[in-house]
Amino acid sequence: MAFRILTAQIKPKKGDYRHNLCKIGDVISQAESMDSPPDVIVFPETVLSGYFLEGGVREVSKTPEELFKDIHRIYLERTQGDTGKLDMITGFYELDDGKYYNSAMYLSLGKGKPGEDQSGIVHVHRKFFLPTYGVFDEKRFVARGRTIRTFDTRFGRVAVLICEDVWHSITSSIAALKGAQIIYILSASPGREFSGEQVGNISKWATLLPAIAEEHSVFVVYSGLVGFEGGKGFTGSSCIIDPWGKTVAIGSAMDECLVVADIDLDDVAIVRAGSPLLTDLEANVGDLAMEMDFIARGPHRI
Amino acid sequence: MLGISQWRWTSSQEALIEFEITIIENFHMSIYPVIFAPPFDPECERNLQINAPLVADWLVAFLKDEICRRRGFEKAVVGLSGGVDSSLTAYLCALALGKENVYGIRMPYRTSSSESLEHAQLVADTLGISCRKIEITDAVEGYLKFEPDANSRRRGNVMARERMIILFDQSERLTALPIGTGNKTERLFGYFTWHADDSPPVNPLGDLYKTQVWQLSRHIGVPEVIVNKPASADLIVGQTDEGDFGISYPKADRILFYLLRGYSSDRLIRMGFNESDVQLVKRKVDTTHWKRHMPTTAMLSVTSINDYYLRPVDY
Repeated sequence: MAFRILTAQIKPKKGDYRHNLCKIGDVISQAESMDSPPDVIVFPETVLSGYFLEGGVREVSKTPEELFKDIHRIYLERTQGDTGKLDMITGFYELDDGKYYNSAMYLSLGKGKPGEDQSGIVHVHRKFFLPTYGVFDEKRFVARGRTIRTFDTRFGRVAVLICEDVWHSITSSIAALKGAQIIYILSASPGREFSGEQVGNISKWATLLPAIAEEHSVFVVYSGLVGFEGGKGFTGSSCIIDPWGKTVAIGSAMDECLVVADIDLDDVAIVRAGSPLLTDLEANVGDLAMEMDFIARGPHRI
Repeated sequence: MLGISQWRWTSSQEALIEFEITIIENFHMSIYPVIFAPPFDPECERNLQINAPLVADWLVAFLKDEICRRRGFEKAVVGLSGGVDSSLTAYLCALALGKENVYGIRMPYRTSSSESLEHAQLVADTLGISCRKIEITDAVEGYLKFEPDANSRRRGNVMARERMIILFDQSERLTALPIGTGNKTERLFGYFTWHADDSPPVNPLGDLYKTQVWQLSRHIGVPEVIVNKPASADLIVGQTDEGDFGISYPKADRILFYLLRGYSSDRLIRMGFNESDVQLVKRKVDTTHWKRHMPTTAMLSVTSINDYYLRPVDY
């Protein structure tokens, strides 16, 4: 199955939900005007508010239903005609059941009423690993997600992960074991370490993302925030990586841009037929689970 | 189907169905620069590019290991046709074993082009390897006089097999291992005489497409006149490989790259490859699998060789 993915790296306006929603609308408008519009649009982590909000999280958080409603409305405003479909993934600060989360929503947009044309929220992933060190302070302001899920979409079974989630290789392994053929990764990665050929965190992503794609033979779609927030500049570099680990398109490190690639999910089976690492991993999950259980019980510390 | 049920779809969604349209004022309409993945270009040869210096070093190491360490030979014998494959093979052998340990054998038939013979001599002279000419005309005619109606295909097969008789006998005489020269494209097309061209026990070029053989030959210094001429089996006067195939090597190699990777013909056509080219290449590969195998043996026991009784070639 071939389809078109667009990853939009944009600069949100700090704390201004409505402005940022309009920017999402602008991307939808521009995407719709393309000769061949994308089927899936991916926005970065916390794109509706900016990333470093501290206590401001309380003021900009939305429930998934509120966010879906607003995005669906702007989608209807910005697109012509009675038909059409668009899948979207976007980062946002979430309020749900009395807790705040750093989340990513996968939503499916159509022209009919929600529910009737399968428009709706498909999944919300809550960031599992919350960086709380150095410049990061997430645990202080948001609660941790407890699950790593995969889910079916119009374009295959996928997983959504956020930033530090994938700095631990076990999360993408779990996503692949649960059947993900595409791993969407949203991030807000502040640039740091300027001694190498590239900004340090860009090098880190450039190593990490192809390694995930190659190990599990999955597509990796990465959407990175750009712009400065209080002196901290996010490094963009949004990209689309095929299951061989080859980066097929990548955005700039500093500027807003839309990165577009056509991908074919058939590639997943082609690569896995030649390199069945995931099948090997599946076969050993039982033993690995026992090892993890042993580690979780902690006797090795004695 | 969407997994919407995985997300809670509670009564609060009812409100969404008749939501109130409030136009959010549009602060400014942004237009963003768009970075497209480069469109697929069926003419692009990047996938076929090799790191020629690295491949050369690798193949020299392979030849040393396979000829000397594993099989205990010090010398090699190569049939020099004057074409690029055997020329490159001779160059690699000279690098691996030293020029004094490589024997070139030119085996012309009466209709072979004089240019082929000259090019074979050019390679031998440039490398400083010994070179001998052994005409196959008498041997070939000795049989074919009983088969005056043999068509050119049969005559070509007889020539190819006669050359191998000579090459293996010279191998015995010189205590030199015969080295094969077949490339990946001709192997995939079945463009060789079975158990003739493909019979030497060691083959350095068998996993290089023809266009990659050209790259490696240019790097290693095979004379340009040999690399640049149209490839020909030279079994029939005026014959060229590409004329026989009905497709050029660069086009064929680009299609083979994706076919072997596991892409379907339909997908290749969708990607922009010419439909008849794709079908031609696929048909050639699909009808010649047998040529890339040992003979089919009827299995009768649970010790059937290569079915049950399995040992690696270097065991």
